[in-house]
Amino acid sequence: MLALNYRGPYRVRASQKPDPVIEHPNDAIVQVLRSCICGSDLHLYHGLVPDTRVGTTFGHEFVGTVVDIGASVQNLRPGDRVLVPFNVFCGSCYFCQRELYGNCHNTNPQATAVGGIYGYSHTAGGFDGGQAQFVRVPFADVGPTKIPDDLLLEDALMLTDAFPTGYQAAEMGGIREGDTVVVFGAGPVGIFAAKSAWLLGAGRVIVVDHLEYRLEFVRNFAQCETIDFKSVDDMAIHIKKMTDWLGADVCIDCVGCEAAGSALQRLTGVKLKMQAGSATVLHWAINSVRKGGTVSIVGVYGPTFNAVPIGNAVNKGLTLRMNQASVKRHLPRLMEHIRAGHIEPHKVITHRMPLEEVSDAYHLFSSKLDGCIKPVLIPPGVTV
Amino acid sequence: MDTRTKFAHIKGWGSDLDHANRPAYPKERTPPRLDPPVHWKEPEMQPRHVEVLRSTERPAMTPVFGSGQPPRGLSGGMRRFAFGYSENDLRHWLLLLLADRIDVGEGLVEDLASGHVPRIYSEMGGRAELRHNPLGAAKKALAVAAVVGTAYLLARRRSPRR
Repeated sequence: MLALNYRGPYRVRASQKPDPVIEHPNDAIVQVLRSCICGSDLHLYHGLVPDTRVGTTFGHEFVGTVVDIGASVQNLRPGDRVLVPFNVFCGSCYFCQRELYGNCHNTNPQATAVGGIYGYSHTAGGFDGGQAQFVRVPFADVGPTKIPDDLLLEDALMLTDAFPTGYQAAEMGGIREGDTVVVFGAGPVGIFAAKSAWLLGAGRVIVVDHLEYRLEFVRNFAQCETIDFKSVDDMAIHIKKMTDWLGADVCIDCVGCEAAGSALQRLTGVKLKMQAGSATVLHWAINSVRKGGTVSIVGVYGPTFNAVPIGNAVNKGLTLRMNQASVKRHLPRLMEHIRAGHIEPHKVITHRMPLEEVSDAYHLFSSKLDGCIKPVLIPPGVTV
Repeated sequence: MDTRTKFAHIKGWGSDLDHANRPAYPKERTPPRLDPPVHWKEPEMQPRHVEVLRSTERPAMTPVFGSGQPPRGLSGGMRRFAFGYSENDLRHWLLLLLADRIDVGEGLVEDLASGHVPRIYSEMGGRAELRHNPLGAAKKALAVAAVVGTAYLLARRRSPRR
């Protein structure tokens, strides 16, 4: 089959790999119809995630058709069209029993802090991902969800990660009616977090980024205010001026470890690897939120440590909430929002490219060329 | 004006104000709303056919794991060594990052040994750069040419004259 093949930082190619096979009785093999490149894939692409091995196939956002199932699979049949949450999870461990599917303890032997994730390095379980023609899907009776006939394939695709992650980011903010919510990052997750903040009853939504084309998109898509941080001297003062000098009720980090905005953070976190990425947004969020407010984090950081003003968080009495999205538990409600016309998730897709052009797709997305917000890969032979 | 009227232009505004409509509230919820529920108490174990490294913070193998790209060569040795340290130990992660860099070199050797000369510029998305950022591509080409040219001139100056 054709699949993305990681060759090193900033180097990927599409090449032939053996087809995946059933390795566990509850496995399924899914033929991929669409897969996305996620912003967090760029951390792999840039060589920032430990134990990213040459030859790995990335891709944790994909939809497809079941083509084979293991002996114990009861809920799927070949031919079923499914969306596959990015979490690989068992449904039965201590954490899954509490619906913390993003924290499953049964799918990643290489680490305990993170559950299994498709195509996200051996630190996240060593599973090959969906930027390929076929992919092995473990625990097929638990994760994959049949795509209802009335749901667009590309709306289902956005439900595998980006929309649930953005929604959970807003939900973890504990938003109350009329709250002021600041979302850092106008990538797909930030865009969905901004839109979700309204669903949760926010009174004001402000999105921060430095790419004008993304700020323009989010203003239209999520009807929010925006801040170009390059035009701001000091983020905390700017937010406080906008909020009667109190600070925002909720700040949401949808950026993670490659944040721009501070040369020192970029140098120590990204270039020199002295911390687990650039913690600029965490710094801004903690210092821009009001006393007693909430900082919600879904941006991805490395496993070591980051320089953040934790003393300010203590003195301000903040609530810090964070997690990988527990995709499966969000699906029913988010499908209701799509059906009700509250949101059209597929509209964040800006590029549809053949899998054969995966090198160009990664470069476009990584370098923010051609107005790229969300690139989608289509494997050869797919006609839907 | 009440808030619902104020935000009437925003589709779905406030539809999840009620916590009962929030799918991840409360944070921990048991039993899980899986429909149908899982049909096992303990998952079966996946047979192991390749070497899979295991965190020292785990007492046993997980029932399911990825089996791609087992450790190989010098980078593989370094990964095994890294897994002697716990996730709590910085050495674990730094050794893995170093192993990743060695793996890149081993990947190049593997390509060449199999008769495949990697098209590195293409793998780095060169076509997209030329198409969507030709000025940037030209600047990068000039920078590379300047570095190579300077290195060549320095090498010539230092080489002994015959």
